[in-house]
Amino acid sequence: MIFCPLPLRGEGTIGHVADQSGFQPYFEAIGFGRWSFIDLLFRSRSLEIDTAESLDAVAAVVDKAVSQHGTRPQHLLAVLRQIQKDCHYLPKQALQSVARRFSLPLARVVGVAEFYGFLHTQPRGEYDIYFSDCVIDVFHDSEALMQRLCHRLRLQPGAVRGDRRVSIDTTSCTGLCDQGPALLVNGWPVPRLTPTLMDAMADHIERRVPVTQWPAEWFLIEDHLCRHDLLLNTPWRPGTGLKNALRQGVGWLLEQLTASGLRGRGGAGFPTARKWQFCRETPGDHYVVCNADEGEPGTFKDRELLKHYADQVFEGMTLAAFVTGARLGFLYLRGEYECLLRPLQAALRQRRCLGLLGRNLCGLMDFHFDIEIVVGAGAYICGEESALLNSIEGLRPHPRNRPPYPVTCGLWNQPTVVNNVESFAAASLIAVHGGEWFAKVGTEKSKGTKLLSISGDCARPGIYEVPFGITVAEVLGLCGSGETLGVQVGGPAGTFVAPSDYQRRIAYEDLGTGGSFMVFGSHRDIIDIATRFAQFFAHESCGFCTPCRVGTSLQLRLMEKIRRGWATAGDIQELESLKQLLEASHCGLGHTAHNPVQHTLAHYPGHYQARLRDLDFSPGFDLDNELETARQLTGRFGDHLRQV
Amino acid sequence: MSKKKIRIATTSLAGCFGCHMSFMDIDERLLDLAEIADFDRSPLSDIKHCEQCDIGIVEGGVCNAENVEVLREFRNHCKILVAIGACAINGGIPALRNRCDLGDCLEEAFLTGIGVTDPKVPGDPELPLLLDKVHPVHEVVKIDYSLPGCPPSADTIWAALTALIEGNAPQLPYELIHYD
Amino acid sequence: MPTISFDGQEITFEPGQTIIEAAMASDLYIPHLCWHPDFPPHGSCKLCSVKVNGRICSACTFPAAEGQEVVSSSEEVRQLRLRLTQMLFVEGNHFCPSCEKSGQCELQAMGYYLGMTDNHYPHFFPVRDIDASHPHVLLDRDRCIFCELCVRASRADGKNVFELAGRGIHTRLVVDSPSGKLGDSNLDVNDRAAHICPVGAIVVKETAFRIPIGQRKYDRRTIAEVSVAEEAPLLRKRYEQKED
Ligand SMILES: Cc1cc2nc3c(=O)[nH]c(=O)nc-3n(C[C@H](O)[C@H](O)[C@H](O)COP(=O)(O)O)c2cc1C
Ligand code: SF4
Ligand code: SF4
Ligand code: SF4
Repeated sequence: MIFCPLPLRGEGTIGHVADQSGFQPYFEAIGFGRWSFIDLLFRSRSLEIDTAESLDAVAAVVDKAVSQHGTRPQHLLAVLRQIQKDCHYLPKQALQSVARRFSLPLARVVGVAEFYGFLHTQPRGEYDIYFSDCVIDVFHDSEALMQRLCHRLRLQPGAVRGDRRVSIDTTSCTGLCDQGPALLVNGWPVPRLTPTLMDAMADHIERRVPVTQWPAEWFLIEDHLCRHDLLLNTPWRPGTGLKNALRQGVGWLLEQLTASGLRGRGGAGFPTARKWQFCRETPGDHYVVCNADEGEPGTFKDRELLKHYADQVFEGMTLAAFVTGARLGFLYLRGEYECLLRPLQAALRQRRCLGLLGRNLCGLMDFHFDIEIVVGAGAYICGEESALLNSIEGLRPHPRNRPPYPVTCGLWNQPTVVNNVESFAAASLIAVHGGEWFAKVGTEKSKGTKLLSISGDCARPGIYEVPFGITVAEVLGLCGSGETLGVQVGGPAGTFVAPSDYQRRIAYEDLGTGGSFMVFGSHRDIIDIATRFAQFFAHESCGFCTPCRVGTSLQLRLMEKIRRGWATAGDIQELESLKQLLEASHCGLGHTAHNPVQHTLAHYPGHYQARLRDLDFSPGFDLDNELETARQLTGRFGDHLRQV
Repeated sequence: MSKKKIRIATTSLAGCFGCHMSFMDIDERLLDLAEIADFDRSPLSDIKHCEQCDIGIVEGGVCNAENVEVLREFRNHCKILVAIGACAINGGIPALRNRCDLGDCLEEAFLTGIGVTDPKVPGDPELPLLLDKVHPVHEVVKIDYSLPGCPPSADTIWAALTALIEGNAPQLPYELIHYD
Repeated sequence: MPTISFDGQEITFEPGQTIIEAAMASDLYIPHLCWHPDFPPHGSCKLCSVKVNGRICSACTFPAAEGQEVVSSSEEVRQLRLRLTQMLFVEGNHFCPSCEKSGQCELQAMGYYLGMTDNHYPHFFPVRDIDASHPHVLLDRDRCIFCELCVRASRADGKNVFELAGRGIHTRLVVDSPSGKLGDSNLDVNDRAAHICPVGAIVVKETAFRIPIGQRKYDRRTIAEVSVAEEAPLLRKRYEQKED
């Protein structure tokens, strides 16, 4: 915690730090860590900080961030996040100072900072709020709730209030679809929003009650672990898998992993044993990386695994280190899950105390492995493994060219294992109970179980651990859905499954999924759903390659056009042509960005048809609205243009 | 027996008439053209409204409500609509104003700017209302062919016209495609 | 030597070469904007998309391998490249008639090469900053296509003057100087980075419009001809240097 009373230009001395001591144990108990909070630090009207005092203050903030996190490349994001938190933005002077400390060109630091959704080079509010714009949250009225909060606080969505007290915006799925609608306030998630809660929150903000003093129940994340199977049911004791593996050897462990048939749970489904083996065979300074970026809208299973099974996940990473010889591992935690950081660090400390992490693991002379946590800052593309590696390295998180793949050329161009949280958790149990134990569940090509994050129009949203091979219909039975329009399996990039296909199975050979399972009731509008997914891709495209950077925006415009009832058959053709273009993209995001549109079009052509105009052509922009400025200024309110 | 004459209409929206000047540059070929074609609405003919035509040629982008109406009239009456010149194709020089906010522009020009004597944004109903942005014509109506260039050369225009008159799609050779 | 089939023609390649390098070494052109023989391949413009055994791949990053069937000149691939070029035109502000680079611009020449007569898509008309602060070099972001050639060249110059910032459609080119202005950076007009831009985003001042229309780089030669004439030798030089 830092205390920094500052005389700011023309505003006298303003310094306000909440005394958090009384709340600390409580926040720690519910998964929050100690939290520093500087109010009114940078409230001078001018964007440039140029008084000596405020320059000193910036320097102090940077000093603190750097001494807390370090100046290695993997610390850049943490330092920037810390400055953002303390100053409510990244003042230019701070970026300059960071560039010096990290020995990087300033432009490089700006390039990194500007990429992430939660980092800003312009001031944000003292209370910086993001509503999840995930389709599930939107269907639970998040837009009206945001309007209500904005109205209460007298500001526009997307804007910062004049006094810099508060800013309100949207962000992609926050991973709370089972208890949405949700928002983040200064990084803390608030689930289960209601109009009353919005009013109370507005009141707290107007009274400048520090977030640490807001009612704790607002922040309570419920656990909806609705179905347990192999992974969630099997008791776990730290070190059991590792000790077993050490006893039986690398060869045995790889055999067990092979026999288990474990394939990556992050979406692509690459056999885990082979990934570890390839990495082991490539000489170099190996690394192990756990992908906890969980950005796929509608997914939240990693959240729960990290909350309740963290030790198992870390043990999985340690097993990978045992196989590959890695000495350092990273867990890349999405920024939205920052509240899990403290408990995760506690779990790491505990493992170190038990001799399961650090130097001379399990008392062995030549086994050293430790894990660092890198926290993201609001960018879905960082879930793509090579972009994730760039993010850790403090570079702009563009996906890399492949080949080479991370197993041979990953972090700092060294052989690197990247696996999903769930893959590591499963590997730990396999090291205890053997491959066969795992393989007896599931299908021929998809062994074991899968955690599904079920959200949307069903009676019991939550996490369901199901055996691979289960049909969509069976899953819908478990979660209690009513009449449905369809199910989106695997997030926006995945598959839209219509009721006629509910016999399809959750399995790599049929419906592969990272775990997102969104249920849409029959009252939902398919065009609305597809448009929101198109919006997600346009917002999250990293901008590296032409087809995705431009194509996702064009696709969104076309979907908006259809939604507004202006589109023609030609626009549907145009969407199909965009599909071809997106397939030439650089990475999986672009390759799959057309899926929500094309899948819904294939299943519900009638819904699209009904919105189309029977014309050769119609404009894609609102013609009459474009006269509004001129109408206002000339007072000619009667002059209008038809759309077609 | 003489063939029925082709009807051609041309107009300039938010453009500089440079494309029309280039059209004139087809020189003596204009006489050949007159043999087989009549001009409907066009600066060449002074007809104010377009009737049914075979070919419509549009120069300039769309910057105001009147441009929209004229362009629609052309689309409704012309079997083939051809956009000619950079302004029609991408807004061109007039679209440089797109980086400014229209409200700010009008305010500075008519209300707050230096030397303004009678601060009032002209609102005469004869004056078309401005659109917020200048748009290329293909964003407002369907365009069948485009002839790029600022202006397209007389040869380009001639090559395209003769192809169209013969019922073919214009195929411009490398030398005739340029954007400046 | 191993071979691939390129548009039906057998061409040899050296192990480690990408498809575009193999093609270039045989004086065969594959359209490209972000690839340059002197710099590491980047793979962002996607103009070099080809079909390799039926799958779309970027020729500039995809390694050539024995027996590959590469299709570069089909109508399908041409159409793809045409649309990509049009995307680059509409996402920026390309007013060629008033552009210093006109006639010498690779994006424009690509349009000519692909027979592009319109921009097809709605225009984005982004508002981007122009930076004329440098005494000898102009930066007009309206025309930037994010190829990062200047970024790569400046790194090779040992300077890091240029970087990309922002994300997605809001990506923008930034300059490494305290003010963010080119005039305050250590860019020298003789740096490679000042001359590498394939479009008119980074142009050297007082050099524009000197060559009369009709004699400019792409007035008579296509980008394919220019590329084979100018880039293939650079590539060969690189290989020779490697062998030394
Ligand atoms: C756009 C995109 C986003 C991704 N997001 C994630 C993610 O959030 N979590 C994850 O584990 N894998 C994600 N992946 C897949 C990873 O690239 C990678 O395949 C995975 O982490 C490998 O782990 P696994 O083999 O255990 O599945 C994403 C891929 C793409 C293309
Ligand atoms: S496909 Fe999209 S997300 Fe992937 S590299 Fe290209 S622009 Fe970035
Ligand atoms: S950069 Fe090239 S395409 Fe863009 S305006 Fe200049 S000449 Fe035209
Ligand atoms: S300025 Fe030129 S060289 Fe640099 S990224 Fe833009 S287009 Fe490429």
